[in-house]
Amino acid sequence: MKDIYILAYAQNPIVADAKAANEVELIMPVVHQVFKQTGFTQNDIGFTCSGSCDYLQGAAFAFVEGLSAIQTNPPIKESHVEMDAAWALYESILKIQMGDAETALIYGFGKSSPGDLPFVSTLQTDPYYMSPLWPDKTSLAALQAQLLMKKGLLTKKDMYEALTQSISNAKNNPNALVTAMPSEDDYLTADYLSSPLSAFDCAPISDGASAMIIGTEEAAAKLGLQKIKISSVHHSIETSNFGARDLSTSESIIGLGKKINLKSFELDFAELHTQFTYEIPFIRGLLDLGNIDINLSGGPLAGNVMMAAGLDSIGKSFELLKNNDFNNGLAHASSGPCLQQNMLVHLEKIND
Amino acid sequence: MTEEKKDFFVSDISLSYQYTAGNATTRFLNKVAEGKLVAQKCPKCSAVYVPPRGSCPRCGVATEEELELPDTGAVESFTIVHIPIPGNPIVPPYVSAMIRLDGADISFLHLIQEIDLADIRIGMRVQAVWKDKSDWGTTLENIKWFKPTGEDDVDPSVFKFKE
Repeated sequence: MKDIYILAYAQNPIVADAKAANEVELIMPVVHQVFKQTGFTQNDIGFTCSGSCDYLQGAAFAFVEGLSAIQTNPPIKESHVEMDAAWALYESILKIQMGDAETALIYGFGKSSPGDLPFVSTLQTDPYYMSPLWPDKTSLAALQAQLLMKKGLLTKKDMYEALTQSISNAKNNPNALVTAMPSEDDYLTADYLSSPLSAFDCAPISDGASAMIIGTEEAAAKLGLQKIKISSVHHSIETSNFGARDLSTSESIIGLGKKINLKSFELDFAELHTQFTYEIPFIRGLLDLGNIDINLSGGPLAGNVMMAAGLDSIGKSFELLKNNDFNNGLAHASSGPCLQQNMLVHLEKIND
Repeated sequence: MTEEKKDFFVSDISLSYQYTAGNATTRFLNKVAEGKLVAQKCPKCSAVYVPPRGSCPRCGVATEEELELPDTGAVESFTIVHIPIPGNPIVPPYVSAMIRLDGADISFLHLIQEIDLADIRIGMRVQAVWKDKSDWGTTLENIKWFKPTGEDDVDPSVFKFKE
């Protein structure tokens, strides 16, 4: 296996409504930023992969237009996942491992403001038995939170703590959308969108884009930057029939924790792709993270660009390792209702 | 009446979106509402795009420089439509053509009328026929259609995308 390093990462300031700006106009600045960080041009990139969801734009093959944001002449090797860009990163890692490329450009983008996101997300569910019933994203998450509460594994206080910690961390993130801290009273008396979740418990509707460049040891050495290595990356998915899942636990997340050998290194922090407050204490418990700092960037509760937020937790982990006295970071990405699919990434600072 | 046994149901899929054209295309459409066709130019390869989408898809850079183009051009490609499309008010047969405006490096789809269908050909010079000014909006439908100018045809080699 080749060693693969993150070479650059950039994120647009997250906004609630990008107004007239289209996806191409959101992608171009971040792609230009990662090129600036590395000194690369598109000609130095062996493989390009993006993550987005056509249902967010409401247009078939909308992702193809996203390509107008990058240089495609001379022709490039390119692919796309109809998923969070964390999985575009995963595909890029496979490409490099197979020897098809030395470097890869990954970008994810999402403009959720034009549609009704909780119902747009319904189309992620099984199209035969589930999506015709139109269960929305918030209600499905509420089912899981209800169950955890019923089993005594979660309290409203846990959720409030997860929220306040995220918002207070977000003050250090210049790209964060939400930095206003609700009082405990405001939080506890807020109307439910779907019990036990109020709007405070849900990541905000966000527009934006993010980009990343990864490369082999040789590519990283040439740049002479601080080396942040992708030491381990795994993903797994549970059945699309969430009635057949035990929603009070996650086989996927527990299994991934074992696969990346979480107990074999001294973890400094975790960046989790948590779109609802309850998911923070839930995953903390599943992975036995103890008192480890979670979402020092503020995480998705402070800004949640669909199809980029998973890549963001990996990118933010990269930045935290680069800029602090940290050696090991854990990044998480997820997809589907009730944390159906998950990815865990162990990032490590390599001191030469 | 016996109750009919139902082992299926119909669930409609419908989502509403607030479509956004993009900052660059918005600027273009606002000019169209004034009867102007304002293209955008790539700062790297100088390609001129109309309608502009805000980026040069060849170079991956923003096309900030704007320039007004005339409403004349040539037919780059065409098809004669004989089959009616449901909901489309235009009565067949009619000509649907890719129009390359003078000074542009890409073409866009529009109608050609005021022509004998047998005469339509690639390279034919055409000019926009605008709706009454009072009916203008932020849409290329401000142009009713293009009509032949009677000038000499252009050589189709001009349609080659410049390197």
